[in-house]
Amino acid sequence: MSKTEELLHDLSDKGQPALIGYFPAGYPTVEDSVEASVAMCESGIDILELGVPYSDPVMDGLVIQVATEQALANGFKLNMFFDMVKQITSRVETPVLVMSYWNPIMQYGVERFARDLKAAGGAGLITPDLIPDEASDWLRYSEELDLDRVFMATPSSSQKRLDQVAKLSRGFIYAVSTMGITGAREDLDAKARGVVSGVRETHTQVPVCVGIGISTADQVTEVNSYADGAIVGSVFIKAYRDGGISELRKTVKQLKGGM
Amino acid sequence: MTDKTNLKAQDGPYFGEYGGRFVPESLIAALDQLEETYSQAKVDPTFALELDELNKTYVGRPSIITEVPKFAALAGDIRVLLKREDLNHTGSHKINNVIGQALLAKRMGKKRIIAETGAGQHGVASATAAALFGLECVVYMGEVDTQRQALNVARMKLLGAEVVPVTTGSRTLKDAINEALRDWVANVDDTHYLLGTVAGPHPFPTIVRDFHSVIGKEARQQMLDDFGFLPDVVTACVGGGSNAIGLFHAFLDDEDVALWGFEAAGDGMETMRHAATLSKGRVGVLHGAKSYMLQDEDGQTVESHSISAGLDYPGVGPEHSWLKDLNRAQYFGISDDEAMQALKALSQSEGIIPAIETAHALAGVIKYGHTLPAGSSVLLNLSGRGDKDMETVGKYFGFLE
Repeated sequence: MSKTEELLHDLSDKGQPALIGYFPAGYPTVEDSVEASVAMCESGIDILELGVPYSDPVMDGLVIQVATEQALANGFKLNMFFDMVKQITSRVETPVLVMSYWNPIMQYGVERFARDLKAAGGAGLITPDLIPDEASDWLRYSEELDLDRVFMATPSSSQKRLDQVAKLSRGFIYAVSTMGITGAREDLDAKARGVVSGVRETHTQVPVCVGIGISTADQVTEVNSYADGAIVGSVFIKAYRDGGISELRKTVKQLKGGM
Repeated sequence: MTDKTNLKAQDGPYFGEYGGRFVPESLIAALDQLEETYSQAKVDPTFALELDELNKTYVGRPSIITEVPKFAALAGDIRVLLKREDLNHTGSHKINNVIGQALLAKRMGKKRIIAETGAGQHGVASATAAALFGLECVVYMGEVDTQRQALNVARMKLLGAEVVPVTTGSRTLKDAINEALRDWVANVDDTHYLLGTVAGPHPFPTIVRDFHSVIGKEARQQMLDDFGFLPDVVTACVGGGSNAIGLFHAFLDDEDVALWGFEAAGDGMETMRHAATLSKGRVGVLHGAKSYMLQDEDGQTVESHSISAGLDYPGVGPEHSWLKDLNRAQYFGISDDEAMQALKALSQSEGIIPAIETAHALAGVIKYGHTLPAGSSVLLNLSGRGDKDMETVGKYFGFLE
């Protein structure tokens, strides 16, 4: 079983909720993003979701778009990425999952990306625009290298597609809370519960975590009452943007403390 | 191995290795619904009747063919025939696809359509169809394009559409598509994304091609009926590739007919400022499909450049990538200046003002027509009229200050 899964099951068995935190690599600079990521891990996130900046992030709202645009403008390159992952994994025990749109991985080479990620201590990949139907290379190398592969389950996914996602995901399944893109929302969609129960119906042992639109401690608590973890992104970037590392640490603790 | 004798039958989701669905899971149900609705409509005679009737009484089909001997003289000892898509309602080929997809939107019970636009032609066509069918319409347009195509922005607003200037990324067509996709992910229940070119995830490349294939079907029959032969070369400009595939498709299995596509070379093929995706790009994934695209070594999309907003796109439809690799079609680059000179040449030799996009194909005929044997004939898709470009043209030639 993947270490990410073990960790999430373990928290769940102890009745403790899980917080998964996103931060974009290279934002605002490579060094800063390493420090921010480590600070998030030290402040209490259970899994780090490290984003690869991409020129055309169609699943992301404005906060992440602006941050990743800035990372690219400040010179982020893929050849710096694995060293960043290594720096983070050498300083904290928190599993590091990489969130990347597909084209950067395809250009780097799927096998090469998988091997370099493994060597850097990374746990696996979250792929927002790669559905299992198009993922044959990634399925092969993630299997060979024991890497997590997180696919999405959404309110519009048919039960047949949920079966496929459940069967092929490792680490956790990313339940998209609402029909929309990343960014804070006041009312977390009730649809999230529907997605999670749809995934549970597949009788999968893979944990289900909910993301998109989560920004408050109360939402984190609510999500953890029916899912195996809450995924938070934009609000951490806002905290860092407006108040640096100290505000970021505070926000992580707030969201974690709300549990 | 692809059967090269029946290229027309290729229907996606893949064209060779190209195409597919590289999109968020949130969109899969909507793409499945669209595919299902289209495959039912395709075999439903009432759908064909309705579309034919609208093409005849609203769009103005069939479009005519005009032979242009004085223009042809600039390209050697050849004949040049124009398929006049510029005479369609709204002034370009874009209306063909829009009417078809709006009918599909109605069948799916969707009340709202969204569209991206570069030059504004697809936006205007979408706003037109929305007015005709009583649909709500939102058009995403890069801020840069809203400025260089201000007249089309006014047309869309007059037709009742909301035009949203996109201020992220390069603020052109590529970013307008990103924004339209984000809108679609959030509003997929009541909204149809009326994609304007043969790119994007399956089934868009197939559906958009099929609705434009009327261009080639008509033209091929007109050639046989009115001229008694098939052309030696069939040609069009290529941005995303919709007008080109619309004309090419009927000729794919006519082995003796060469297919030439002309991309925007911007400042020149040797510069970094161009939109020559097939000639200079590499295979990648952009906007949901695997195809040639302009990108850096990390797979970040590179901004394209062209004087023509409609060709200013760093991607291209997957079927073109397939035709290029099969060597069934050839693609060449045409610079801004070559296109502008050809635009002027057709205007002054024949009294037909083409769109700047279309002028790339005209320039291609002037540039490469000389390589053809004497007496050869070239059929060119005159995909749009130039009215929308008068400000750019006026400034370029110093008619306006």
